[in-house]
Amino acid sequence: MELVTPDVGLLFWMLVSFTLLLIILKKFAWKPILNSLREREESISEALSTAEKARAEMEKLKTDNEAIIREARIEKEKILKEAREIKIQIVDKAKQEASQEANKIIEVARLNIRQEKATALDEIKKQVAELSVDIAEKILREKLSADTEQKKLIEKYLEDIRLN
Amino acid sequence: MKQRLKITSVFFLATLTIIVLSSAMLSHNTESKEKKESASAQEQTPRSFDAREMIMDHIMDSYEWHLFTYKDYHCSIPLPVILYSKDKGLHIFFSSKLHHGESNYKGFKISTEEKYHGKIVEELPDGSIVKPLDLSITKVTVAFLFTMLFMIWLFVSIANAYKQHRNEAPHGMQNLMEPLILFIRDEVARPSIGEKYERYMPYLLTLFFFIFFNNIFGLIPIPPGGANVMGNVAIPTVMALFTFALVILSSTKYFWIDIFNTPGVPWWLKFPIPLLPLIEFLSLFIKHIVLVIRLFANIIAGHIVALGFFALIFIFGEMSLLGGYGISFVSVPFTVFLTLLEILVAFIQAYVFTLLSALYVGLAMEKPHH
Repeated sequence: MELVTPDVGLLFWMLVSFTLLLIILKKFAWKPILNSLREREESISEALSTAEKARAEMEKLKTDNEAIIREARIEKEKILKEAREIKIQIVDKAKQEASQEANKIIEVARLNIRQEKATALDEIKKQVAELSVDIAEKILREKLSADTEQKKLIEKYLEDIRLN
Repeated sequence: MKQRLKITSVFFLATLTIIVLSSAMLSHNTESKEKKESASAQEQTPRSFDAREMIMDHIMDSYEWHLFTYKDYHCSIPLPVILYSKDKGLHIFFSSKLHHGESNYKGFKISTEEKYHGKIVEELPDGSIVKPLDLSITKVTVAFLFTMLFMIWLFVSIANAYKQHRNEAPHGMQNLMEPLILFIRDEVARPSIGEKYERYMPYLLTLFFFIFFNNIFGLIPIPPGGANVMGNVAIPTVMALFTFALVILSSTKYFWIDIFNTPGVPWWLKFPIPLLPLIEFLSLFIKHIVLVIRLFANIIAGHIVALGFFALIFIFGEMSLLGGYGISFVSVPFTVFLTLLEILVAFIQAYVFTLLSALYVGLAMEKPHH
């Protein structure tokens, strides 16, 4: 029976000291320990979620980059195509302009030639008239001096004219 | 590292065994001799070794910390005796004044009678015997006070380590205790109590480690270890009272409704004879009493069985010297095995007491039924 009868002194000391132990450990041990355990867990889970977020971000960036690169490539091709078209246009236009210019120059030249020709013809006509007058004068003058000599002279002059 | 651990544990076990053996041999052998003399002096029948008495001596509380007895010299650490009697008032003295129960001091003596066996009683002038209010610092008190100081030292230094190394991996003692703390938090408190578990964590942790360390120290046979703390009914009683108080303080309306008007049972179990409410109400007390008995009986049983194996050595040794040595080859391995088992029991009982405390508190926080 003494085995199962709690002793009053023991009950008293146990009650007092266990209460004190509880208070002391709660204040100086369990609170800081549990707090730092929780803190550490939170920081770990935070770090994990941050890493996960960063990974997702990276993934997104990667897909974004790929899309950007794809778009850029398309853009480049478009620009190149346009440039090629513009080149052709420019060349065509230049050619057209050049031919127009050439035509204009030719036209002007033709006009000039025609004018020159006309003036030249006028000149020739004038000279021919003068020459004719000269020749006629010379012939007339020869005819007046001797018949044969005159004939020879006429022929000689004619020869000259022909040579001219 | 693993190898080193193995070697140290083997070394530890070996020293443990040697200490168990030597201390047991020393005290028991000499005690038995002494008892032989006194017994033969009193009665003519020579009763030398009393296993029951030896075991009871070891598992009961005492006013002194007996180390060994050599021939007629008792070596023990005297502990303070604090008494309050109606006649003589307060008395504080060392237990050495009582001379191991052999002499009377100011009318106080250690009773050898059946009624107050082993307790200090007061002899009144008229010859009648009464028990004064006894608040002595006994062996068990010293043992659990030592455990408490150890716990304060251990956990406060661990707490400081946590404060100093914030958000770092634990090391040293932290590493050893953290799994246990997390175990109590994640496997005991959280599933049993629910979301409000944090309020009860300090109590549950204190409870668990107090039981655990007392049990472990109880297995070390040199002072301040070796006392039978959890095997003394007063200690689990106080802890169960704490749990009971927590249960009452955290109980909700629905918990009491469940007890006095249990839903979902036939009405004739509640009226006119309130059979079920009575059973439920009594079970509220019984489960806490069972909490005490479970812990106390488990620990005391372990001590008794281990001591029983030692007693075998002396019982056989009395028959023949060879028999004593012979049986020691059986008893010692069995005691080593039992000590290992007791280490397991130390943990399991601490766990069970804590788990059940948490469960009872969790049940008291009953939520409305839907």
